[in-house]
Amino acid sequence: MDMPIYAEITLVVNGTGHRLSVDTRASLLDVLREDLGLTGSKKGCDHGQCGACTVLLDGRRANGCLALAVAHDGAEVVTVEGLAKDGRLSPLQEAFIEHDAFQCGYCTPGQLCSATGMLDEAEQGWPSAVTGDLGADTVLDDEEIRERMSGNLCRCGAYAGIVAAVRQAAQRREAAGT
Amino acid sequence: MRPFAYERATSVQDALERHSDGAVYLGGGTNLVDLMRLGVEEPARLVDVAHLPHDQIELRPDGSLVIGAAVSNSALAADRTVREGHPMLAQAVLAGASGQVRNLATVAGNLLQRTRCPYFQDASKPCNKRDPGSGCPAREGEHHNLAIMGHSPECVATHPSDMAVALAALGASIRIQGRAGERTIPIDELHRLPENEPERDTTLEPGDLITAVEVPPLGMPSRYRKVRERASFAFALVSVAAALDVDDGVVRDVRLALGGVAHKPWRAWHTEDALRGAEMTGESFQRAAEVELGVAEPLRDNAYKVPLVRNLIVRTLTELAERGAS
Ligand SMILES: Cc1cc2nc3c(=O)[nH]c(=O)nc-3n(C[C@H](O)[C@H](O)[C@H](O)COP(=O)(O)OP(=O)(O)OC[C@H]3O[C@@H](n4cnc5c(N)ncnc54)[C@H](O)[C@@H]3O)c2cc1C
Ligand code: SF4
Ligand code: FES
Ligand code: FES
Repeated sequence: MDMPIYAEITLVVNGTGHRLSVDTRASLLDVLREDLGLTGSKKGCDHGQCGACTVLLDGRRANGCLALAVAHDGAEVVTVEGLAKDGRLSPLQEAFIEHDAFQCGYCTPGQLCSATGMLDEAEQGWPSAVTGDLGADTVLDDEEIRERMSGNLCRCGAYAGIVAAVRQAAQRREAAGT
Repeated sequence: MRPFAYERATSVQDALERHSDGAVYLGGGTNLVDLMRLGVEEPARLVDVAHLPHDQIELRPDGSLVIGAAVSNSALAADRTVREGHPMLAQAVLAGASGQVRNLATVAGNLLQRTRCPYFQDASKPCNKRDPGSGCPAREGEHHNLAIMGHSPECVATHPSDMAVALAALGASIRIQGRAGERTIPIDELHRLPENEPERDTTLEPGDLITAVEVPPLGMPSRYRKVRERASFAFALVSVAAALDVDDGVVRDVRLALGGVAHKPWRAWHTEDALRGAEMTGESFQRAAEVELGVAEPLRDNAYKVPLVRNLIVRTLTELAERGAS
């Protein structure tokens, strides 16, 4: 058996700095769950296909299962555990509760991190595959929300609630002008 | 997964020096890490090139683009100059993978992603591409989404990239830094047909590092269209990247490439030749599409792709013609 190879890295996770020695093979997801005890991020497929592992990596949503921890030395990571501020759920998290946007909850941390990143992308005018006019401003209607959230699967089929919750969060964000 | 050493390249020269036997370049890892987990790739060392300063998109005065190899798929699709000048490129990137995969994935990694042939991805099965000489179970087995043109008895795989299809239609060039210096090759000469060496996806030599993609100016309406088995987040069955310039009911210029049909993005040169100077009618589009598809040799379970891609060509060109005429 080949011996594992370790590397020293630093990560800032939900605002807290960590110095870690990681197996070069470890995914960011495994490090968050196994080394840091942050088990909110879930492992669904381990192949980038389900989105359950989605976290914010340097401000952008990314699949924790495909990101090697060692390749993201120095990164800032936000997980579902870091979405609430000062004990208050984020508007998106509140919308998920209001709209029954989950059943078993397994996909939910990934849905929340993905939607958080997606709302930022839309605000910055990023287009999607269903954006007809690539030059126009982004309007997050249901078709856009579905397309932009297509990297997150839900085995319970809570999609109707998820779309409604994301729509509400998007509208509130726009109304607040933030 | 086999243990591996990890090194972060600090410059192009450093990357080339670190790349020795058993080493593999790492971009975003969205394909490579997946294949390592499946036991398909077993590098002894990863040389991370995602942090090299190739993360800019430069618009040159003539309207051409120089896209850094480490630009993320997302940044490429979101770039205003790409969206305005080369919309089919932005559309092709957006048609691929998911928001979170595109944030990690790089341009070079996208070009060099491996086939999604189910036998290639299953290390317990024979596969000439993964294990030369072991056979090609796909030819008689599960091949409904594999090649209809340019395949060989040794391999019937398709190249899965959407972005590469648009780059093929655009006549992009690939800037490569190799052990013998820098060179630039047309994208048509990057990917290859399987012939009797299916283990070689591309013409790259060991150590070759892609540093940029150069895209000539376009100056006509363009569109990328993809057909897949679900509404989103699935690889193409077939796809079309097209650009069309019409004048007074006649085709003045055209670019066309097909995805999901071959081991490489398929530039439809014959259709393009048949279209230049032709009338812009549905019939002439159909006739021109059939010129290219005349060389198709579908397998038992993928003959459906021939009419599918033909209809997609006609529909996409018709849409562009209407837009150009209005
Ligand atoms: C669930 C899922 C769905 C997907 N769906 C689609 C889809 O619908 N359409 C589509 O087009 N793609 C799709 N993809 C594939 C995705 O686009 C690729 O995985 C991605 O673009 C690869 O980029 P990367 O930077 O992560 O490459 P990596 O995985 O890091 O590398 C891929 C290859 O490129 C080599 N490489 C990387 N950079 C360089 C360089 N600068 N020079 C030389 N070699 C280099 C690596 O050695 C490796 O062999 C999907 C992927 C996943 C996981
Ligand atoms: S088609 Fe190519 S990749 Fe698929 S099993 Fe045959 S040799 Fe392997
Ligand atoms: S666990 Fe990462 S996408 Fe499924
Ligand atoms: S709530 Fe159960 S998988 Fe989505």
